[in-house]
Amino acid sequence: MALVLTEEQTMLRDTAAQFFKERAPVANFRKLRDTNDATGFDKSVWKEMADLGFAGVMIGEEHGGTGFGPVGLGLVLEQAGRTLAASPLVSTVLVGATAVELGGNALQRNDILPKVAAGETVLALALEEGAHHNPYKIGTTAEDHSGTYRLNGRKTFVLDGHVADRFIVVARTGGHDTDRHGLTLFIVDAGTPGLKVTRTKMVDSRNAAIVEFENVSVPSDNVLGSVGAGADILDPVLDLGRIGLAAEMLGLVSQVFEETVTYLKERKQFGKPIGSFQALAHRAAEMFAEIELCRSVVLDALSAAAERRNDVAQMASLAKARLSDVARLVTNEGLQMHGGMGMTDQFDVGLFMKRARVAAATFGDANFHRDRFATLAGY
Amino acid sequence: MEALETFRQETREWLEANCPPSIRTPMPDDESPWGGRNPKWKNPESKLWMDRMASRGWTAPTWPKAYGGGGLTKEENLVLMQELRRINARPALMSFGIWMLGPALLQYANEEQKLEHLPKIVRGEIRWCQGYSEPGAGSDLAGLQTKCEDKGDHYLVNGQKIWTSYANYADWIFCLVRTDTSKKHEGISFLLIDMANGGVETRPITMISGASPFCETFLTDVKVPKGNLVGELNKGWTIAKALLQHEREMISGMGLGNASAGSSFASLEQAAKDYVGEVDGKIASAGLREHLTRQRMDGKAFALTMQRSMEEAKAGHGPGAASSIFKYYGTELNKRRYELLLEIAGTQALGWEGDSFTAEELSIPRAWLRSKGNSIEGGTTEVQLNVVAKRVLGLPIE
Repeated sequence: MALVLTEEQTMLRDTAAQFFKERAPVANFRKLRDTNDATGFDKSVWKEMADLGFAGVMIGEEHGGTGFGPVGLGLVLEQAGRTLAASPLVSTVLVGATAVELGGNALQRNDILPKVAAGETVLALALEEGAHHNPYKIGTTAEDHSGTYRLNGRKTFVLDGHVADRFIVVARTGGHDTDRHGLTLFIVDAGTPGLKVTRTKMVDSRNAAIVEFENVSVPSDNVLGSVGAGADILDPVLDLGRIGLAAEMLGLVSQVFEETVTYLKERKQFGKPIGSFQALAHRAAEMFAEIELCRSVVLDALSAAAERRNDVAQMASLAKARLSDVARLVTNEGLQMHGGMGMTDQFDVGLFMKRARVAAATFGDANFHRDRFATLAGY
Repeated sequence: MEALETFRQETREWLEANCPPSIRTPMPDDESPWGGRNPKWKNPESKLWMDRMASRGWTAPTWPKAYGGGGLTKEENLVLMQELRRINARPALMSFGIWMLGPALLQYANEEQKLEHLPKIVRGEIRWCQGYSEPGAGSDLAGLQTKCEDKGDHYLVNGQKIWTSYANYADWIFCLVRTDTSKKHEGISFLLIDMANGGVETRPITMISGASPFCETFLTDVKVPKGNLVGELNKGWTIAKALLQHEREMISGMGLGNASAGSSFASLEQAAKDYVGEVDGKIASAGLREHLTRQRMDGKAFALTMQRSMEEAKAGHGPGAASSIFKYYGTELNKRRYELLLEIAGTQALGWEGDSFTAEELSIPRAWLRSKGNSIEGGTTEVQLNVVAKRVLGLPIE
């Protein structure tokens, strides 16, 4: 149990902070958006991130990774959140590599993990089928035709779907409707016939796609984990995803808050800084308190994942719910306190607000996670 | 590490031999061990327990042995707390002397004062109260007007204090007094007054909870020996602030939810199932279930933050900025907890007396009403937010 960073972790955080500030500032993200960039992230920056070991943070040294684990990844994501750095960190490292590490056989691991660590492969989890996160409500089917599976269905909100080299697809091989059993994970190459990928433009200008399957043939060698027990891999992968997104939101929230406090000191009305008015100062102090609690929760959730504690699921829901709520509060208040300037595209606060909402909706919003937390706690 | 294990073993054996059986049961309010010159011992074993613990200095475990304390290290103290919890031992002594005055005396008093007052606090011989607020000095505490004049061989004190907790039971009062009217903060001194020496009158104030834990305290021509001034003349504000810090830390702990009313429920969640009913293992009211979850999540986040602050201090980072929010957040959480108890138990939580309510139920409205004071006493929530805005965020508020 550690709520204070070690020297090694502090170094990693500082390296990441400097890297994103210099190589992936908000200005880069704006450029990607304004040029309608086909990839949606800067490939050369992604390569540099891989060289620094960020892409291999969840991958063991035997596969070319750095093995820093969840705490290391959380620290990198937090810093990425501060500059809105667009990269396949979430899709490929946080979720994709974790799924292969957890569920892959030796062949799959040897094949995929070194390429992820080197920044050469983008992975995408094809899970959602509706407007709300509902991980067991899977209508996409996979039928066994003597050693080959045939997939049919439609997936939405597939992060980095339009640039993915491989998909990890959640399909139903048994059970019904929202059954936890009967789900199976498949590794599907992007070029497979019958697969149709359509890029969707989201409010946060990040990558997402609709992925449709029409009689897509997948060999049984591509099953990740065991048939019908995909949820055993999916659950811990999603929990890490939730904790990682909470870490990203912590960075986002910290950045918006710091910029807002600076603005409160600089902007003058009635002849004095607007931060001298208690109506604003008290709200800023309340936000400070909420953010301090967020930091403790994210650190503990990352520790829980790293140490494989038995409360990982609860901590993941706590972190995701709290950070989703506080990210909404702080981006709303940040915008309000910037006044009319906050409404302009020129100011960054609007960009952070858009990202906050999409991050909050990814892998379950606050309502989903409060309900899940209560269910896990037995009430 | 080995020495600590030995300490644990010895402590466990001593507690087994010395903690009376009745002291290992939940403590009714009327058996609270406050000590003092005129103590009420409804349960004689409470006195026995206090005397035994005091003989080892364990009523103030970390104070130096020279002043009657236990002389324990932080680590040893933690072990002692764990061992006490293990046997569900009641507190041996409840005392503003231990919680508030003692730490300030250790830091600011002269040797003579420490030797005079600290051992009596440890042994529970003197019960102290705090004379800070005045009718005209609440949040603006430094505006206090209780006059203290230098009469050559003694001080003469005149004025009125308010919200003096349990002053009607106390033996001595530690007071903030005005010794210079030309300055505000630099005109305040810290004085110790024996309430038995004449001129001190206390009147209990009936609160919304029906209880009277606070008093008005009138000081009329009270003669105080000069040796009772702590620290330098007109430098009392520094001591006052340090002491307030201890008080705030004490109040913050409430956010952790160990409060007395409702604590006999197995959990708030179980209580909700009992009072509201359940459907498929879930609390029948979706709204209440969500409120409970928010409370539980925020409580956990708050506890983790207090823990992080402790770990940061241990790692030598000093008291982090996070500690500035504890009083504000902890008290707001505690108030919310009682609002939740009202929601859970419905009209059974709104009874005032009579046989149709259990003792537990009757304690809820009283504790709920009492909790409203948490965000007022020891610095209001608004004052705390000012402190965070100014000191931590550097905002230029007046």
